Amino acid sequence: MEEIKLMKGNEAFAEAVIREGVDAYFGYPITPQSEVIEYLMLEEPYKRTGMVVLQAESEIGAIHMVYGAAGAGKKAVTSSSSPGISLKQEGISYMAGSELPCVMLNVVRGGPGLGTIQPSQADYFQTVKGGGHGDYKLIVLAPASVQEMADFVEDGFKMAFKYRTPVMLLSDGLIGQMMEKVQLKPQKARLSNEEIREKYGSWATIGHKPEERTIITSLELKSERQEKHNHKLQAKYREIEKKEVRLEKFNCENADYLLVAYGSSARICQKTIQLGKEKGINIGLIRPITLWPFPSDEINKAADKVKGVLSVELSAGQMVDDVRLAVNGKVPVEHYGRFGGMIHSPDEVLEALEKNFIK
Amino acid sequence: MSENITPEEIIKKGTLVFEKTKLMTDAHLSYCPGCGHGVAHRITMEVLEEMGVGDQAIGIAPVGCSVLAYDFMNIDMQQAAHGRAPAVATGIKRLYPEKYVFTYQGDGDLAAIGTNETIHACNRGENIVIIFVNNGIYGMTGGQMAPTTLEGMVSSTSPYGRDLGMTGHPIKITEMLAMLPGVCYATRHAVHKPGLVRKTKKAIKKAFENQRDKKGTSIIEIVSNCNSGWKMTPVKSNEWLEENMLPVFPLGDIKG
Repeated sequence: MEEIKLMKGNEAFAEAVIREGVDAYFGYPITPQSEVIEYLMLEEPYKRTGMVVLQAESEIGAIHMVYGAAGAGKKAVTSSSSPGISLKQEGISYMAGSELPCVMLNVVRGGPGLGTIQPSQADYFQTVKGGGHGDYKLIVLAPASVQEMADFVEDGFKMAFKYRTPVMLLSDGLIGQMMEKVQLKPQKARLSNEEIREKYGSWATIGHKPEERTIITSLELKSERQEKHNHKLQAKYREIEKKEVRLEKFNCENADYLLVAYGSSARICQKTIQLGKEKGINIGLIRPITLWPFPSDEINKAADKVKGVLSVELSAGQMVDDVRLAVNGKVPVEHYGRFGGMIHSPDEVLEALEKNFIK
Repeated sequence: MSENITPEEIIKKGTLVFEKTKLMTDAHLSYCPGCGHGVAHRITMEVLEEMGVGDQAIGIAPVGCSVLAYDFMNIDMQQAAHGRAPAVATGIKRLYPEKYVFTYQGDGDLAAIGTNETIHACNRGENIVIIFVNNGIYGMTGGQMAPTTLEGMVSSTSPYGRDLGMTGHPIKITEMLAMLPGVCYATRHAVHKPGLVRKTKKAIKKAFENQRDKKGTSIIEIVSNCNSGWKMTPVKSNEWLEENMLPVFPLGDIKG
């Protein structure tokens, strides 16, 4: 049944994973997302739904366990934070190449290197532009609330299986650690092995007779065939770009200036809109919900009506590249953001907007 | 006897003594003539066929010469990233405990880059079979030094012979794994002589029976040759294997 609870973002994600009817979670502890595996171990979902929860030997082990499970048609999840996600990149690239569905969560912390355990959005490039090797894309959802940490599990799996591609939830330490009200969906049943055979038996390795056997691989020694496979992947990505863009707009109708921000930074920017109003500055906000596919068309259209666009991120400026490509020179585009685990305040964002475009 | 006698005619006369298992495809093996991989593949598939579980088996191909094992083994297979096969097998087996899941790995894959995944899958006692082909060299990439390369053995990355002071000792990973409580069966075999092939097949069968009986991890090391990488004729490489590999990697059961 549906339930309303007060939970941390990481816990809401974990509970939503159970309720989605996920078959397996494989993970490795790392701050600030260890609550995911801790919550799952405490909840014993193997008793509730038969779901497997396993603490792997490393992030590398975990992502390749996900690969195995996904290759056998199962719904599998992993989560980590920045340094751990770096370790998973090999497996993520293999999953994209082998066309395997899964949902992953990155609760981003400040980097580079071991960095800090405080919130950051500095993994945008890694997540949106590739991360692992080869020509591939991840569908990237950016939750801005505890509610979305839960909701995007279902949304993510829908797209992951529709397109047979990995999906990443790009969150951060702020969304992962803060507590908010969350409405949880009713428990879904896990698919039976018979249902999996029916739905995914044509590609999943679930045991077949020789004439029907299936192979999961990303290897193609003949480059003509590799190019053909890559064309297939690219065609899939073009379809995703057409159909799956998601965004939210705030106060965009008569705005003179536009903020573009995602996740926790978008929450901060909503307050900046109010502060602007008090000073007589009309500010709009576009919050990309999907970072890939990126809402370029909407940002381009919005740029027609404003004098300047400020990309506000908890990084030294990464998404701003995509905002600039979207705006395509129509108006000035600037970046503002604190980083390394520091979080900008709504006032600091307003000040940056004034400094760049008004004063 | 007619010179144009067909295979079908021979079989009709009741003279058939050997038939290729249906769990091997008709694809030409990509292995070098004289290499042990072909035999190791065949006996693994024969065991699955004899147990009647070919359609319940899921194999994991590694990175290395046997990366294309799925072209030859006529069952469901996944190709794993270099060294990650035991983790991939874990992901499958945990969700399909009744299926027969095995990895097929070389020495570089299992005992160098994949050591972590190997040790921890064994330590968890994952109910899988690991078939480990040890030829003391990286064959696929062109004959570089492996973790199991012998002292003084020449490879393209130890051109003056493996220097133990610089690169350490040939790793006896099967002995190491046998120490883990999760491992129920650890054994070392070879496939360069008919009698040894029969023994190896028996060991593989025991390993899959262990999996059926949920006993834990079984590891079968097969000490094999690499005549191309070792730069020897197939016959010479088998002699060299006996004289040099087997004293370091002695055959027989280590556990179970």
